[in-house]
Amino acid sequence: MKSPQVITANALLEGDAIWLTEDDRWTRDMAEAELIEHEAHGAIRMLFAQSQPSVAVGVYLADAKPGANGPEPTHFRETFRTRGPSNYAHGKQVELS
Amino acid sequence: MYSYNDFDEAFVRERVAQFSAQVERRIDGSLTEDEFKPLRLMNGLYLQLHAYMLRVAVPYGTLSAPQMRQLAYIADTWDKGYGHFTTRQNIQYNWPELKDVPAMLSALADVGMHAIQTSGNTIRNVTADQFAGAAADEIEDPRPVAELLRQWSTDHPEFQFLPRKFKIAVTGSSTDRAVTKAHDIGLRMVRNDAGEPGFEVIIGGGLGRTPMVGKIVRDFLPKADLLPYCEAIVSVYNVLGRRDNKYKARIKITVHENGLDVMRDKIEAAFAEKKAQFDGVDQEMLAEIEQHFAAPAFKTADTSGYEAARLANPAFRSWTDTNLAAHRADGYSIVSISIKKHGATPGDATSDQMGVMADLAEKYGHGELRISHEQNVILPHVHQSDLHAVYSALRAADLATANIGLISDIIACPGMDYCALATARSIPVAQEIAERFDELKLEHEVGPLKIKISGCINACGHHHVGHIGILGLDRAGVESYQITLGGSGMEDATIGERAGRGFSADEIVPAIERLVLGYLDLRHDADETFLEAYRRLGAAPFKAVLYPSDAKADAA
Repeated sequence: MKSPQVITANALLEGDAIWLTEDDRWTRDMAEAELIEHEAHGAIRMLFAQSQPSVAVGVYLADAKPGANGPEPTHFRETFRTRGPSNYAHGKQVELS
Repeated sequence: MYSYNDFDEAFVRERVAQFSAQVERRIDGSLTEDEFKPLRLMNGLYLQLHAYMLRVAVPYGTLSAPQMRQLAYIADTWDKGYGHFTTRQNIQYNWPELKDVPAMLSALADVGMHAIQTSGNTIRNVTADQFAGAAADEIEDPRPVAELLRQWSTDHPEFQFLPRKFKIAVTGSSTDRAVTKAHDIGLRMVRNDAGEPGFEVIIGGGLGRTPMVGKIVRDFLPKADLLPYCEAIVSVYNVLGRRDNKYKARIKITVHENGLDVMRDKIEAAFAEKKAQFDGVDQEMLAEIEQHFAAPAFKTADTSGYEAARLANPAFRSWTDTNLAAHRADGYSIVSISIKKHGATPGDATSDQMGVMADLAEKYGHGELRISHEQNVILPHVHQSDLHAVYSALRAADLATANIGLISDIIACPGMDYCALATARSIPVAQEIAERFDELKLEHEVGPLKIKISGCINACGHHHVGHIGILGLDRAGVESYQITLGGSGMEDATIGERAGRGFSADEIVPAIERLVLGYLDLRHDADETFLEAYRRLGAAPFKAVLYPSDAKADAA
C-alpha cells in the first residue's frame, strides 16, 4: 500500500462527508477516522463499510496521513470534504467548530 | 407565459407522489442505492461533495414572479437561503436533505415547476434566448416551440434511455444568445425566400472533452415540421449513437464518426416516415401554446424623466450603458440584472434578492423574469420611465452591478467547491478576477470580454467558447488552470485555442491580468474588442504576454 488510507462516504440522509472509525462508527470529523495501513485490513473494512447502505453512500478508500489529532487528507479534494466550500462559511467548517 | 393544464398538473403531481414513496423506501432500507440512484437522478437529485444537490428546471429560462418567489421560499425553508443559477438556465440548491426533497418538489409543483429530466440520458431542459419575446432583432418568440419541445420530450417513451444526455437550444434572433452551435440540436429561426419563418437546424455541437461546433443539417425547416424532424434526429442518434464508451456517446461524436451527409440522409429518411405519422395535433397544440406567449400590453409613457435621471446620476447612467438591451417595443428596454457582483459567487442569489426581483417583475416588468445561460437574471419588459425606480430597488438589494458583458461578468461552474466531478475550483478564481479588475478600475476601458471558467473537462462553465477560457485541472494533486483564447459562443461560434502550459492557483489571476493589459497595448483602438484583436493578430502576441520568460528565451 503506497499511502495509508481512510474509508469515507456520504451520509444517506444529510449527504455530507463521513468517515469510518476503528470502533465501527461513522464520524463527521475525519480526525476520528481509522487510519488503515495495510491493504488486507482495508479490504475487510471496506466490506464492513459497504454493508451499511442505510448509513453510507458511495463508500471509497481515500489516501490520508497521520496528523497530530488524527488522520489528515493528502489531496485537496479530500481537504475540501473535511471543511466545505470556499465561497461561504457553510458545511463542516462551521458545523464542527 | 405558459401555465400548466390539467394534464401537466396531474403528471407532475404523480411524479412527486412516486418520488416521495421512493425516498421513503430508500430511507427504510427497501431500496438499495443502486436501485435508488437512477430514480433520484430522474428527479434532478444529485449527491455532491458536501451534500445532495437538487437541480430544478427553469423551462427555456422563463419564470413568473410567483415562481421566483417560490424559489426563494424553497431556499429559505429547505436550503441555506440562496440558490445557484446555472449555465443551462436552471437553478440548483446545494444543501437539501434527502427527507425534504419530496416537499421541495411538491412546493415546485404548486407553481408549475419540477426537476424532471434535469439529469440522466434524456432530453434535458430546452434552453432559449434569454431575451426571447423582447429582443428588437427577433423574428419570432422562440418560446412556444421551446414549450412544444418540452412537452414532446418530457417522459417521451422512446427517449428515456438515450446513449447520453441530449440538449436542445432555440433562438428566434440572428444574434445567437443561446449558444445554439454548442448543443446537440441548435435551432436558429430564419426566414426563407418567401419570407416565412422556419429553422436552420444545427446538430452535433457540444463542449466537454471533445468540443465541436455544430453543423447545419438543414438550412430551412418549415416551422410545422419541427417535431417530426427533431424526433427523426433523436431517433437516428438513439440507434446510431455509441453505447460502448461514455466519452464517445454524444451526438457530436456520432456526427463526427459517421459524417454529416450520412446523418442527413438517415435523418431525412426517418423524417419522411415520422412526418406521415404526425396528424397535425402538434400544430394544434402549438397554436394553443402560442396564446400563452402573447406579448404583454405594452404601455406608452413619457420617457423624459429617464433621460434626465441619466444625466443627473452617473452611476445610473453607467448601469443603463451596460445592463440594458434594445427592446422591440417603443420606450421599453430589456434589463439584465447582474448576479455577478465583484467578489460574489457567479449566479448565486439570496432568497431576499429573489424576492426583490420577483417584486420588480410584478411591479414594473409585466410579471416576467428570465435566467440567462450567463447566470444573470433578466427583466425582459421594462418601460424606460420605470428604469430609475428599478435601478434604485436593485441597488438597495445589492443587485445593481453595472458589468453585463464585461470582464467581471464571468461564467463559472460550481467547481470543486460543490461538484463531485470537478477537478479544481472555479468560484474563487472568478471571485478574484472580478475583484482584481474592480480594484484596477479597468473593466469599462477593457470593454466587452467574456471569461468562462470550468472546474473540469466536462465544460459546464463553457470555457471553450470564452474569449478567455479557464479550465481547472488536477495536475499531480495540485489545482492547475489552463487558458484557452479566442473562443466564441455566438453566431460566429469558435472553440478557443489552448494558450500553453497551465498556471497554479496563485498564478492564474496575475496571468489573466497580464493578458488583459497586454490586449490594451495590442488593440488597434478602443473600439477593437479582445476577440477582434485576437482574431486579427493571432495567438502569438497574446502568448508572449502570458509567458514572458518564453518570449525572452525565444529572443535570446
